[in-house]
Amino acid sequence: MARLTINGKTHDIDVEPDTPLLWAIRDHIGLTGTKYGCGIGECGSCTVHIDGQAVRSCSVPVGAALGKAITTIEGLAVNGVLHKLQQAWIQHDVPQCGYCQSGMLMALAALVAKTPRPTDAEIDKAITNICRCGTFQQVRDAVHNATRA
Amino acid sequence: MNSLPPISRRAFVIGAAALGGGLSLGFALPARAQTAPVLSKDGIPEINAWVVIKPDDTVVIRMARSEMGQGTITGLAQLVVEELHCDWAKVTTEYPTPGQSVARKRIWGDFSTGGSRGIRASHEYVRMGGATARTMLIQAAANGWGVPASECVAAKSVITHKPSGRTTSYGKVALDAAKLPVPEGVKLKDPKEWTIIGKPMKRLDTADKVNGKKIYGADLKLPGMLTATIKDCPVTGGKLKSFDAAKVMGLKGVKKVVPVGETAVAVLADTFWRAKTALDALPIVWDEGENAKVSSAAIADWLKAGLDAPEAFVGNANGDAKAALAGAAKKVEAVYAYPYLNHAPMEPMNATALYTPDKCEVWVPTQNGEASFAAAVAASGLPADKVEVYKIDLGGGFGRRGGFQDYVSQAVLIAKQMPGTPVKLLWTREEDMQHGRYHPIMQCKLVGAFDAQNNLTGLHMRLSGQSILASVFPQNLDKGKDNLTFQGLWPAGDFAIGYTIPNLLIDHSMRNPHILPGFWRGVNINQNCIFLECFLDELAQAAGQDPLDFRRKLMGNHPKHRAVLDAVAERIGWGKPAAKGVHRGLAQMKAFGSYVAAAAEISVEDGGKAIRVHRIVAATDPLYAVNPAQIERQVSGSFVYGLSALFYQECTVKDGRIEQANFDSFNSMRIAQMPKVESIVMPSGGTEPWGGVGEPTICVAAPAVLNAYFAATGRRIRTFPLKNHGIAMA
Ligand code: FES
Ligand code: FES
Repeated sequence: MARLTINGKTHDIDVEPDTPLLWAIRDHIGLTGTKYGCGIGECGSCTVHIDGQAVRSCSVPVGAALGKAITTIEGLAVNGVLHKLQQAWIQHDVPQCGYCQSGMLMALAALVAKTPRPTDAEIDKAITNICRCGTFQQVRDAVHNATRA
Repeated sequence: MNSLPPISRRAFVIGAAALGGGLSLGFALPARAQTAPVLSKDGIPEINAWVVIKPDDTVVIRMARSEMGQGTITGLAQLVVEELHCDWAKVTTEYPTPGQSVARKRIWGDFSTGGSRGIRASHEYVRMGGATARTMLIQAAANGWGVPASECVAAKSVITHKPSGRTTSYGKVALDAAKLPVPEGVKLKDPKEWTIIGKPMKRLDTADKVNGKKIYGADLKLPGMLTATIKDCPVTGGKLKSFDAAKVMGLKGVKKVVPVGETAVAVLADTFWRAKTALDALPIVWDEGENAKVSSAAIADWLKAGLDAPEAFVGNANGDAKAALAGAAKKVEAVYAYPYLNHAPMEPMNATALYTPDKCEVWVPTQNGEASFAAAVAASGLPADKVEVYKIDLGGGFGRRGGFQDYVSQAVLIAKQMPGTPVKLLWTREEDMQHGRYHPIMQCKLVGAFDAQNNLTGLHMRLSGQSILASVFPQNLDKGKDNLTFQGLWPAGDFAIGYTIPNLLIDHSMRNPHILPGFWRGVNINQNCIFLECFLDELAQAAGQDPLDFRRKLMGNHPKHRAVLDAVAERIGWGKPAAKGVHRGLAQMKAFGSYVAAAAEISVEDGGKAIRVHRIVAATDPLYAVNPAQIERQVSGSFVYGLSALFYQECTVKDGRIEQANFDSFNSMRIAQMPKVESIVMPSGGTEPWGGVGEPTICVAAPAVLNAYFAATGRRIRTFPLKNHGIAMA
């Protein structure tokens, strides 16, 4: 059994402690906004926040997340109000297929929490998510618009 | 009771599309009894196959093409709404099922979503669907008022009787309209009257992609569902010999270990991770077969021999190229090579199946619902009326999820061994890398001839490599020749070459290794554009001419090709000095009916060991542009796909299997490497078939960058990816 706190809610689940957090979130808790893309920490589709830090949940065992505050894409909006990046994503129609975008948004949300108005160089350094649809230009524009308003 | 005809294998072979673009169907689509019109999900009758209108004026537009990120459902909705005159704010969309379509004699047309044809091949009948529905709605209102329909007009879902000023709404008359006969001969608007087509309408499908709500195939949950993951024989052509299920059956959550066909084995468990853990621990013995001896080096040697083979299929020829070469004052020769590539859509392959002896249902992200349906019918062994497929939006497709429905067949074969239990088959990324349908491998030898005045007098372009059609849709071969191999090089049509060369020969020595080829975004234009456009730069250099001037002289008969090239040259500032250290390159092509060109600005770092792509100007002339904002997004996205391949990607073969396993060995570019992309969308109209958008521009980025790299360094790179030359993407 493991106790995980996700988006402010506590879940007791029957999972082996070495299971990647990604699969606990998706299959045991049933929050499927967090995606599987590679399973080896390369693509960032599975990005969630642990205590405010962006981490790739496919590469974190459940055992390492016990007692910590985990936020997934489902918890990015607060009290039903979308995060400003989510709003900008809609305004710019950033997502194409959308599959990578949960991870992209979580990675960027962690960045702008620390760096409220990131420069291009800061975005480039922090964001290494793969997007096979190639939304990078729209991502960049939307981040700047959302943070420089 | 079964009054339905048995499945006929030859019932519906749709193969005439060989000349039509990227994807063409070749599967047998089983017949199914005709059924009544389909009610919308909440039981409201349709106006026609395309349009359902609810009492609250919500408009449900049905479409057969699949949304995989390219924006096709938004574009298709624009086409319908343009003619329907309904309120855009109240538009939603839904997919008819392939089973319904088959039952209604393919009323929604082709489901295939590939070859950049979602819009261009369906715009007429989709617009007609909207126009017909509008006519029926107006007629219903007019009947209700007892006035002639000619006195009524419709705008934004409101019908007005002009003389009296009375109004009603679509929602109020929809039930009556649904009962009217379908009118014939409804006229479509002149493009000059369009108010929604051609506008950058917002996508209809964005909201759920930013909050985790959107359900992809990989996310599907059904009551009592198990998750399966699979290993197919690593060597294509090999077989599954044995496995030792007892070794893993005791592991937590594991429910069953099953053979899948003759080549694969799957583990079913309560969660994916438990299934994967058990599959990794499962002792498996393969019979890898003869193909296990094949390596990339052997394939390359075989293709190399084809560069000078006496026999070849001719794709385009005029004059006498061989004589021109023999009599040349000067000859220029180069050999290029393009590797195998995996599609690697972000969402790994998956399908969910529920089988009982009298019904088989499949949920699948697919580019071709009908192909999925055909695969499900075949794998289930059930008659077509007992099979249904529900399409789910895709987490990327790029050609992998169209004609190839291996994952559907597998899911059904697994579910058959677990009757009554829904089974989601989800591949690992590693399985996806090893069992792709790879961009075909190709080499090319080009020889150009000049006379004493440095005029280009001839060109021989010999392709040697793999045919997609020979493997996938052999019935679409043209007396053995694969015309798709020559995409971008055709004498005329959707893939017409943009140059007039006095003596020209383009031919193909077909060599088909055992690695399965497929339609990879852009298909054969990826390599053909590099071959032709880089070699033209080589010829310009040999002639001592500017690459733009040299091309333009050959383009007198190709004004639309030249127009896009001119547009990018002007915007990038060709002929004017670039910033210090910045170098430029150009490329153009016609593909999928669209004219496209790119001009790149790069600089090199680290003594030529790294390329920074600063800016790419891209021009697209699709003749008609439905949603220019979405076109721009597709263009910049296509460069990410194309440049990732140029710099990083290849699938190599060792011991008969693909060596790359995941994104660590098959890399994809990141935001730091993204150039600024400036799109010029320049629809020129006219009566030629509309051009597509999803694929064409992908091919021009790579040669534009390579030509710029030559301008910067004097080095020609002719084999790919660039990482093999120690060149990184800065
Ligand atoms: S799935 Fe975790 S980084 Fe790719
Ligand atoms: S939007 Fe499709 S992979 Fe990023």
